Amino acid sequence: MADKMINLTLKVWRQKSKNAEGSFSTYSVNKVSTDASFLEMIDQLNQELIQKGDDPIAFDHDCREGICGSCGFMINGSAHGPLKSTTVCQLHMRNFSDGEVLTVEPWRSSAFPLIKDLMVDRTAFDRIVKSGGYISVNAGNAPDGNAVLVPKPDADEAFANAACIGCGACVASCKNGSAALFTSAKLVHLSSLPQGKVEGDKRALNMVAQMDQEGFGACSTTGSCSAACPKDISLVSIAKLNRAFLKASLNKKPEVKGGEAG
Amino acid sequence: MSGFLSSSVGKKYLMGLTGLVWAGFVFGHMAGNMTIFVSPDLYNQYGHAIVSNKILLYGTEAALILSLLVHVGLAINLTISNRSSKGIASSVKASGSKRTPLAAQTMIIQGTILLAFIILHLITFKYGEYYETTIDGVKMRDLARLMSEVFSQPPAVAGYVISLLLLCAHLKHGFGSVFQSLGLLHPSYQGKIKAASWAYAIVVTIGFISQPLYVYMMS
Repeated sequence: MADKMINLTLKVWRQKSKNAEGSFSTYSVNKVSTDASFLEMIDQLNQELIQKGDDPIAFDHDCREGICGSCGFMINGSAHGPLKSTTVCQLHMRNFSDGEVLTVEPWRSSAFPLIKDLMVDRTAFDRIVKSGGYISVNAGNAPDGNAVLVPKPDADEAFANAACIGCGACVASCKNGSAALFTSAKLVHLSSLPQGKVEGDKRALNMVAQMDQEGFGACSTTGSCSAACPKDISLVSIAKLNRAFLKASLNKKPEVKGGEAG
Repeated sequence: MSGFLSSSVGKKYLMGLTGLVWAGFVFGHMAGNMTIFVSPDLYNQYGHAIVSNKILLYGTEAALILSLLVHVGLAINLTISNRSSKGIASSVKASGSKRTPLAAQTMIIQGTILLAFIILHLITFKYGEYYETTIDGVKMRDLARLMSEVFSQPPAVAGYVISLLLLCAHLKHGFGSVFQSLGLLHPSYQGKIKAASWAYAIVVTIGFISQPLYVYMMS
């Protein structure tokens, strides 16, 4: 099948390092196959830049299959571009028309310091997960198939939230730079399951505290996060996070002093 | 619980609860004022009944003032911290399905204008000219006369209509968000909340707007 070719103008945010001054640079990208992904289009532009002896545009990417969460930037103000439920690596150029001008910018959030060009540091997400996004059970051998019963709706909900790839589109599309959708997905994923319920209260308290400490904003329920989410995490997850946090705050027990318990 | 109230989630709980107090109040206020359509006398008697019940009056006023102070204080606090969380905003605003609704984006602006409106509204009516009338042998304030004087002026009517349209936007986003903030959102009615928030905001707004317009047309 013959490829259709389009020509584009890109306005790309260029910034050498975290503290350097950044600005938009304009590039013409010609003969872009409509079968190419957005990242392949930037690869093509980068090849031209390298041949000219210029610095190629830095951007994060890994699997290019929409499942790793590495890639992502703003295209014309939308996280991961205009399509719903997609990442920029799975966004194809057939969704753009010949002669279009596209503004490409990194995720914007104080909690995601810029590394270079379109790359931002998302380790704040890792620290939120580290604060409670795990289950501290002794895994041991694989348990018997039906030893722990999980109702189907609970399993589905856990799975839907486990789909979060931690790309950061929710934070980037939020006017407050809130990480409520990410944090809620991690919490609901674990707290819907019997193994995760045990530490549910501690998880809610610690993850919200870490989220605030990282400098993410509060949720204004604008819904932009869920609209931009490549995995369609629902706003209902944020409600569940809020509910879990209230319940955990009410249940909070005084700390047990060491040595008195035996 | 101190940790709860200082967290971003706890602040939104308080924002939602205090907002609900006012959302409930504006509905009652709008519905009660509908007595103006029956007769100025009934409207005055309704007002008189409220101010005669001191427990109801002071209780409601205390709840409203406290809620407003918390709501406004938190709004300022959250706006400042949210802006600093965002840092630099994207240079282009999203369009299509990923766009942030205008009502949600401008809550602080609507709120500021509504606060100014509340103050002006109290100066105009509660602390405005005190006329007296006697209905069925009972002396009471003639608020209907003041209302008809105020709303015989087109700028006052226009000011009210504009402020009430902002209230509509504020209620729409507030009512639509409060279920999530309070952790009460559920998939079974998530889809209906949008329609319900529009319905609530429109009923309150149309009800309120009809009153100055009616008085203006009668004057």
